[in-house]
Amino acid sequence: MKKEMKWLLSLATLALVVWALTALEGRRNEYNMLYTVLQKGMILAVAAVAMNLLNGFTGLFSLGQAGFMAIGAYVTAILTIPATKLPGVYYISGVSQAILSFRGWTDSLPDWFQTAFPYLALIIGGLVAALFAALIGYPVLRLKSDYLAIATLGFSEIIRAIIASPQLNLITNGSYGLKSIPKLENLLVTFLIAAVCIAFIVLLIRSSYGRAFKAIREDEVAAEAMGINLARHKQYSFVISSFFTAVAGGMLAMYMRSIDSGTFKIGLTYDVLLIIVIGGIGSVTGSVISALLVTAAKEWWLRFFDQPLVIAGWEVPLFRTGFRMVIFSLLLMAVVLFYQRGLLGHKEFTWNVLMPSNWRKWLNKKQAGGKRHA
Amino acid sequence: MSFSTILQHALTGISLGGAYALIAIGYTMVYGILRLINFAHGDMFMMAGYFMIFAMASMPWPIAIPLVVIATMALGVLMERAAYAPLRSAPRMSIMISAIGVSYLLQNLATYLFTALPRGYPEITLLKHIFQIGELSASLVTFVTPVLAILLVLGLVYLINHSKMGMAMRAVSKDFETARLMGININSVISFTFAIGSALAAVGSILYFTDRMSVTPFSGALPGLKCFVAAVFGGIGSIPGAMVGGFVIGLTETALVALGYSTFSDAFTFILLIVILLFKPTGLFGQKTTEKV
Repeated sequence: MKKEMKWLLSLATLALVVWALTALEGRRNEYNMLYTVLQKGMILAVAAVAMNLLNGFTGLFSLGQAGFMAIGAYVTAILTIPATKLPGVYYISGVSQAILSFRGWTDSLPDWFQTAFPYLALIIGGLVAALFAALIGYPVLRLKSDYLAIATLGFSEIIRAIIASPQLNLITNGSYGLKSIPKLENLLVTFLIAAVCIAFIVLLIRSSYGRAFKAIREDEVAAEAMGINLARHKQYSFVISSFFTAVAGGMLAMYMRSIDSGTFKIGLTYDVLLIIVIGGIGSVTGSVISALLVTAAKEWWLRFFDQPLVIAGWEVPLFRTGFRMVIFSLLLMAVVLFYQRGLLGHKEFTWNVLMPSNWRKWLNKKQAGGKRHA
Repeated sequence: MSFSTILQHALTGISLGGAYALIAIGYTMVYGILRLINFAHGDMFMMAGYFMIFAMASMPWPIAIPLVVIATMALGVLMERAAYAPLRSAPRMSIMISAIGVSYLLQNLATYLFTALPRGYPEITLLKHIFQIGELSASLVTFVTPVLAILLVLGLVYLINHSKMGMAMRAVSKDFETARLMGININSVISFTFAIGSALAAVGSILYFTDRMSVTPFSGALPGLKCFVAAVFGGIGSIPGAMVGGFVIGLTETALVALGYSTFSDAFTFILLIVILLFKPTGLFGQKTTEKV
């Protein structure tokens, strides 16, 4: 397919998406489920792509996502909850004076600042998480494969414990959590933030840093022999991934409107992991598609498994609350066992899939003798 | 804090540690052989809790306990056959993801079958019998747990050092490929490992939940991770190490709770893990391995 054609198709899709999103915004009540799925799916897509940068492209199996999302979510929440509502949120033990005076100051700033502030808050959340990641990464990234996984998982639990601790009641409201977080303006904004984050990661992967990450993934020793500074590149990957994970966490907070430390249990990390497994570890487009698909399946399409089903007077057994998640986990196990590459494997989605010659190639894969269609 | 309070807490800690030790052995054995963190092990332990609830509903405990142990063993072997065996030659990350998938499946399955509400754990009156020694009071289970843990570990070490299966297990954990070439049936060794690990987890589960009184589908996750930390602390692959690690974690956790830092007791376990990994990655009794290119 010609390059111009691909650009045209991409632009057309973009225009279509923007049009669809604006149309959906107006009919939010009619398409409530679709709206929710798209919003949550896009937020998870950011988290998944960030996790893929680390797990898929750098080969560092980290399970700390929930912890960094928690940092992003709490920072964003504390910065954006309207100052007037703060005493109501921290009704148990009061709010720290520092937060109150800081929020008083931010609220006195001009209007343009107020509009930009939620986005700034997301970035600040990301930066705080990146700082944590830099501190944690220094010791932890020396560990290999499963030890790294369990150590990052441990850090995520430590962060959660610290957030929930009564000593931090004045800042994080301890185990009571935060509420009244202002929501993201609309669906288009969610998509825009997600697109910017994902685009940044894609550019990073395509840069010389990205190639170094892939080299580390393929063979650490060989990469080091080629002159790649392992420690530094792992650190970059870890810090950048954590930044975007935290941005996703902040967006999640804005989507959920109320958070507590229980939101960021290991289960959240697993959810993101499942998305990248299904989408293909090492594929950005795969992660995005799978984030939307998985969210839609979990929250919407498989819903009917949870309701009792009666066909012609006969009640189908097994259909009751919780069955949906069983089916979902079975599907996941099937992907893990029989289709390890996931939807896209290492590849990316390109418009070439539309070319009939490619279908033929795919069908004749086994006999293909290297004939190339230009 | 008076001396008797400290002793009382120490007793609780040792008892908790005994249950942890039994679970940690399952991790350490599987890791020794497959180099896999069996994330689903904690959920096996939770399933054993539910098995016990159902077994005790219809039969007396002397029959229920062996049944629960056997059912858990069967579940462990089934899990290995279905989810880990097909991935023998896959990259390590895939097997680990499969383990996480099994854990996810077991939690969801338990939520579906038994609902997410906590279920009361049956009481074994004999184990709940309260002893009063001076100012200390403790139920029988508190004393039984550590003793049983140590006895089972001794038995297991004997089995590994002096039986043919044990020899095969040692060979497989030393070098997977060579052991296979020597005619050792890898699959049966691995199944046997999972069976033993699950049986110990079932015993650990009975002792643990008798003290805790209720089971939820998620009550296996955190103890599971803690026991993995215990296994790493003791040196992964080492059975006595896992036992020591279990006791250390049980005792420190109880101490932190007693001192009023209960929110940090979980976090402490992971701090311990990171400190151990950074300063002595082989753990207390682990063997040093060199990374080959």
